[in-house]
Amino acid sequence: MSNMTLSDAAHEAEFVTQARAANRRYVAGRIGIYAFLGFFALIYLLPLFVIIANSFRDLAEITHDGLIAFPRSFSLKAWPQAWAQYCVAGTCEGIHRNFYNSLIMTIPATIISTMLGAINGYVLSKWKFRGSETIFTCMMLGVFMPGQIALLPWAYILGSLHLSNSVYGLILVHCVQGLSFTTLFCRNYYVNIPDDLIKAARIDGAGFWRIFFKIIVPISPPILIVTVIWQFTGIWNEYLFGVVFTGGRQQPITSALVSLATNQMNARAFDVASCAVLIGAIPPLLIYFLGGKYFVRGLTQGAIK
Amino acid sequence: MSNAPAASWRETLGEWTPRMVLAPSLIASFIYVFVFTLWTLYISLSNSTLLPTYEFVGFKHYFELWSNQRWAIAYGNLFFFSGIYVVLSLIVGLLLAIAIDQRVRFESFWRTIFLYPLAVSFVVTGTVWSWLYSPNAGIEFFVRSLGWTDFTFRLTTNRDTAIYAIIATGVWQSSGFAMALFLAGLRSVDPDIVKAAQIDGASRLRIYVKVILPSIASIFIAVTVVLLQFAIRTFDLVVALTGGGPGISTTFPAIYVYDLMFQRGQIAIGAAAAIMMLAALAVVLVPYGLWTAWRTRREAAALV
Repeated sequence: MSNMTLSDAAHEAEFVTQARAANRRYVAGRIGIYAFLGFFALIYLLPLFVIIANSFRDLAEITHDGLIAFPRSFSLKAWPQAWAQYCVAGTCEGIHRNFYNSLIMTIPATIISTMLGAINGYVLSKWKFRGSETIFTCMMLGVFMPGQIALLPWAYILGSLHLSNSVYGLILVHCVQGLSFTTLFCRNYYVNIPDDLIKAARIDGAGFWRIFFKIIVPISPPILIVTVIWQFTGIWNEYLFGVVFTGGRQQPITSALVSLATNQMNARAFDVASCAVLIGAIPPLLIYFLGGKYFVRGLTQGAIK
Repeated sequence: MSNAPAASWRETLGEWTPRMVLAPSLIASFIYVFVFTLWTLYISLSNSTLLPTYEFVGFKHYFELWSNQRWAIAYGNLFFFSGIYVVLSLIVGLLLAIAIDQRVRFESFWRTIFLYPLAVSFVVTGTVWSWLYSPNAGIEFFVRSLGWTDFTFRLTTNRDTAIYAIIATGVWQSSGFAMALFLAGLRSVDPDIVKAAQIDGASRLRIYVKVILPSIASIFIAVTVVLLQFAIRTFDLVVALTGGGPGISTTFPAIYVYDLMFQRGQIAIGAAAAIMMLAALAVVLVPYGLWTAWRTRREAAALV
């Protein structure tokens, strides 16, 4: 009896030590994981912190303390300068014109390419005809085309349409360029809608457009949001076409930011430049933070075609 | 009786509506994909300089391109950059995904932080990092102000190290993307297999290496292909970060294409360089496409 108790106690003691060791290991592991995530989070957030903080600091303070420092002053002086007075590429009107150019370019191009993508996706998934799969494959090749291949042909076409150096030319370029993506997104979504639903509607006498507006459109919001987010951020952030096909006051914001940042004269005006960069980053960032899960969904769908 | 022709007319219309609706997009895509490619191909074989001419000169410009030292640097940079950038993005992305997968608190908070760089343009990223790399204001300045006065960190001012600045920034931008895809993959692994391995007494590390990672191998390949596409197209990031310099040390194919076509009026050589970029993409994508098709077919066969 006493033996039993002894060994029980011994077992218990051993168990407690083991449990404590396991617990210590667990806690150490947790600390390790959070330290690892925290370390990377700092690196990831550093640039965001730097541009936000420096857009509100005095230039004198930035020059003295460097870009990475805790703000000691608070000033809104740089914002109106960046928006409307700063000299970029020969004109001293700040970045506001380029910001509007980007909006005028991005919003119509996003809407048009998304609408066309939805209709194309609907045809290619629910109204298949002989050769429609081949057509789909050919359209998908557009996803992989490097922009450089299209530069000379576009320059010629935009020239003959009198759309060189114009935001409207860029709308056209982005619509065509975006077609393959939007069609792909929508087609892959509509493929999962049961064909019986469409068949039943056809038997009831509904036609192509009626089915589209009464059945397809009402269940489309998830994919349309993904597509709109994808197109908006992609077109807003695009640089190559903007810099090649437009100049000066017609430039979208990405090109203007590059001319601003690479301008040697202005290289030291970090306060104004921070505001300008932030203005260029805000629209897609807003969309990312508001539409988070749709953004991620678009990303994963866009990647794994 | 009078209904019959109307019905058939409507039927014909109904049959043709989808095709007519598709036609404009189809024509636009066809022109974009095939006509543009052939057009650029033809210009690369023509004698064009500042403006397109259609006098055929064969592969002359390709030879010129390949004997050009700047193109050699650009191509070398592309290979060097792609290799390190892809591997590092995969490693960082995978580690972040595994860390987040350990049932951490505030998961969406971490994910949001690691993914936001993807919403921002390469222009913004490149500009801000170029400031951070700059010696008299950025990271070097900061560390020195902490007291380590002979610390040096001048990646972008040195010909030999500028490419590492581009790699680091590229990894910063895209490892979150790898993380998101890996995390989705880790979540899709069958928990029963993992449990079985745990019951067999396999260690955590062993479970990851032997059970979980092999089952998401297809995601590795998909992420690699996407990252390679990013790498081949690299343009904005370099323009904003180093402008291709110091000197020509960080020239990339995309930058050289732009330069030849729009700065130097050598559109034929520029077109040849663009075709070489397309070829590089094809080298990555064609095998991937074939592999995907093969896998789908095998899966379909396995189901039968």
